[in-house]
Amino acid sequence: MDSALATTDPADLHAGQEHGHVSLPQHRHHFETVEQQREAGSFGMWLFLLTEIMFFGGMFFAYLVYRNWYYPAFAVASNQLSVSIGTLNTMLLITSGFCMAIAVWAAEMRKRSLLLAMLMLTTLLGIVFLGFKSSEYYEKYELHHIPGNNFNVSMFTNPAGYGIKEAPLPPDMAQKTQVFFFLYFAMTGMHALHMIIGLGLLCWLIWRANRGDFSSGYVAPVENFGLYWHFIDIVWLFLYPLLYLINRHPLH
Amino acid sequence: MTDQAIHDHANPSMHEPRSEQAQLHIVTPAQYLVVYLVLIALTALTCAAAFVDLKWANAVIALAIACTQVVIVVLFDMHVAYQSRLIKLTIGAGVFMFLVMVTMTLTDYISRSWGMW
Repeated sequence: MDSALATTDPADLHAGQEHGHVSLPQHRHHFETVEQQREAGSFGMWLFLLTEIMFFGGMFFAYLVYRNWYYPAFAVASNQLSVSIGTLNTMLLITSGFCMAIAVWAAEMRKRSLLLAMLMLTTLLGIVFLGFKSSEYYEKYELHHIPGNNFNVSMFTNPAGYGIKEAPLPPDMAQKTQVFFFLYFAMTGMHALHMIIGLGLLCWLIWRANRGDFSSGYVAPVENFGLYWHFIDIVWLFLYPLLYLINRHPLH
Repeated sequence: MTDQAIHDHANPSMHEPRSEQAQLHIVTPAQYLVVYLVLIALTALTCAAAFVDLKWANAVIALAIACTQVVIVVLFDMHVAYQSRLIKLTIGAGVFMFLVMVTMTLTDYISRSWGMW
């Protein structure tokens, strides 16, 4: 793959010409046109993203069902999350997505330094997001709100003792807050894992962009990574209201 | 002039085997900026709405705003608005399939205690 990308190498040009035309990374010889290759790439990326929708969809479905079953536990547990950190993180991710979109434009316009700057900004904002996320996780760890043997329900059976204005839950319902926190960690954890993978890919893209791979009309890796990064954005756009917002005013 | 020739004349693109692929459409930074500002505004709106007691409408409003944001991201940031029909249809079919699976699974949960509420 690397050799095909170094199109300025005369040896590669010669190898490409054996098939009757110059083989560019954005137009490999088994594609009729540049547009056809581009569309095939987008199509494949979207098929992958559809499997991701199914994957995250399963967790959203579990959230829907359990929220209906254990509504009081979900409302109280959800209200222990910090809306300000959640909102800030949402803004950070949207900004990161904006930088990624500009990066795709920069690659299309063959602006190497702008592309590099935008990819780095995207990475930086992603890292800050994960920083806030881990501080939230650490708070839950200190409060013993991570599901398992060390889970502590006393904040939910005796909220007044912790200065929290919530109705106390009966002990069996208070145990169900573990279901909320399990889904919270599973959903935000899988989202964070996708971001960590994305940050790894961003480093790879920065390295290649710096080498000039994406400044001569070859945009596919940047564009398809953009789709992935925006998909992560989309997942968070649903996680944010579901986990942080919709239980502020429990139905009575 | 034969009927076929007239038909072809009316659809010059039919001679182009590549016409089914969408031409490359480059979204401009100005468009991305508008999308960005709308997304930020909607995030502020959904956050503010969560602090007003609207009974059952809180969840509906929050999810409606989230869906609006997602559609905007998919159409413009992810360029679906400018893709070929093949890709649009594939995405639509995939999302529809997801909704079918959610609905079919929900029928089980809804009908388990049928008549006992």
